[in-house]
Amino acid sequence: MITKFLNFLLAPGLFQSPQVAHALILGSVVAITSAIVGVFAVIRGQAFAGHALADFGATGASGAFLLGINTLWGFIGMGLLGGLGMDMLGRTPRERDVTTGITLSFMLGLGSLFLYYVTTKTTATGAPMTIFFGSIFLVNPSIVSIVIILELVTLLLLVILYRPLLLSSINPDLAYTRGVPLRTVSLLFMSALVLTVEQSALVTGALLSTVLLIGPAAIAIRLTKRLGTTLLLSVFVGLVTMWLSIVLAYDSAQLPPVGRGWPVSFFVVSIILLFYSVIYSFTTKGSK
Amino acid sequence: MKNFTETTSDDKQLLTLENIQVIYGQRTILKNINLSIRSGEFVGLIGPNGAGKTTLLRVILGLIKPTQGTASINGIRIQGAHRRLVGYVPQKIQLDPDIPLRARDLVALGLDGHRFGFPLPNREKRHKVDEVLHAVDALRYAELPVGRLSGGEQQRLLIAQALLSNPRLLLLDEPLSNLDLRSAHEVIQLVADVARTRKIAVLLVAHDMNPLLHVMDKIIYLVNGQAAIGTLDEVVQKEVLSKIYGYEVEVLRIHNRILVVSEKEDECGMEAQCDHKIS
Repeated sequence: MITKFLNFLLAPGLFQSPQVAHALILGSVVAITSAIVGVFAVIRGQAFAGHALADFGATGASGAFLLGINTLWGFIGMGLLGGLGMDMLGRTPRERDVTTGITLSFMLGLGSLFLYYVTTKTTATGAPMTIFFGSIFLVNPSIVSIVIILELVTLLLLVILYRPLLLSSINPDLAYTRGVPLRTVSLLFMSALVLTVEQSALVTGALLSTVLLIGPAAIAIRLTKRLGTTLLLSVFVGLVTMWLSIVLAYDSAQLPPVGRGWPVSFFVVSIILLFYSVIYSFTTKGSK
Repeated sequence: MKNFTETTSDDKQLLTLENIQVIYGQRTILKNINLSIRSGEFVGLIGPNGAGKTTLLRVILGLIKPTQGTASINGIRIQGAHRRLVGYVPQKIQLDPDIPLRARDLVALGLDGHRFGFPLPNREKRHKVDEVLHAVDALRYAELPVGRLSGGEQQRLLIAQALLSNPRLLLLDEPLSNLDLRSAHEVIQLVADVARTRKIAVLLVAHDMNPLLHVMDKIIYLVNGQAAIGTLDEVVQKEVLSKIYGYEVEVLRIHNRILVVSEKEDECGMEAQCDHKIS
């Protein structure tokens, strides 16, 4: 029974497949960065911004499909544009919400136009699926090293911003009077958020990249009291989720329809939901 | 970052505001404010809501550039943020109660929160944080998550973080709002004690002067953007306050409390005073 299960879990060929190897590397770096940036995004109340950025990116990725360049550049290019816009336009949280909402609708509309052209005029009929729901096994191997470098840059940004970012989240005026350059800090964090979300979108799709950003972070925040521990736990949850999802997605090729695996994103969101529900019910009961 | 070289320490005026005026569009928030605070003085900044207290505070913090006039600390003009001489205690922390931050971590940000790079633990830093936690009597809950603490406890932590930069002037923005009477008295006594032992001047913003009567060296009474400054007896009297309110007010002293009342009660421009009219 156990051997049968293990045989299914670690299906023959799992470790021989270069696609799986690439997926594991890509998935790991994306999960680590998302888990760390996610903790700060949740603390700063920018989880919705993270989701909006992925949707902005989707329009860029659709445009990239149309132009025949790698979708990563579309995701990042449009994400940066959206992120800068969001950072500059909204002063109060509500203003930011409204501005983001309106711009977002327009961008998704534009994306639908791009995808209409892609699917009717080219052979890339799977483009919408790839952009919105991800395609970790189909990522061009040449992009893997670029993703690794960009994720390292993102993590470096977070290490540099760590304290000023925390202080300005606690109280912006206090941070300012301590000499924190608020504009610079918020812009740099926005850039880190864009890089994180867009690369995560490459793996799990634009619609589901939010789950990698806020899922592990929210779980870790519920369970810990110290930021350092929170970050470590968040990374751990993110990595376990990602590895399990990739393995299960590879295995799912043995399930109907045989020959084609289920999307990795499906497993990612399911595992996060499972984790979160268990921890939510556990911690809520404990505190009462 | 601007360079603030301290002038001679026997310099008597710590904070000086000259002809400060702040105008937003058509609205004049502060009209021609002149005041000075000496080293070690405990000053209450009192006034009803909308009087311009917060604006005045933000001018001193360097968060707002006045339309006219000059503000200087220790003889140096305030331009933009200055973190050496002023310790700022904001009204509250603006964070989710779930924030994974211990009381100690919040306070430590007062020491090096502006620095870039990941914080490394070191003994000297821990010692400094312990010292201010002790000063505000918060060592008991140093290891607890900030979000679980009461308003009074959080207020103590915010005072502790402000003390870490060894300020000459402590600015407290409405530290008593949201606190019950007992915690409010505790916080006031704490600030007064800490300021006395460390020879720090205090500017405390409040809408009610009564809890501060026994600790204030001076009062700044701010109404409609106009200020009267001096000792309690100089400022809180019928003629002075009527002038800045712009209509007749009476000052009543009952049971060691001071009430400012007027016939125009329906307007309640003196909201704070209306609060305890009955008490």
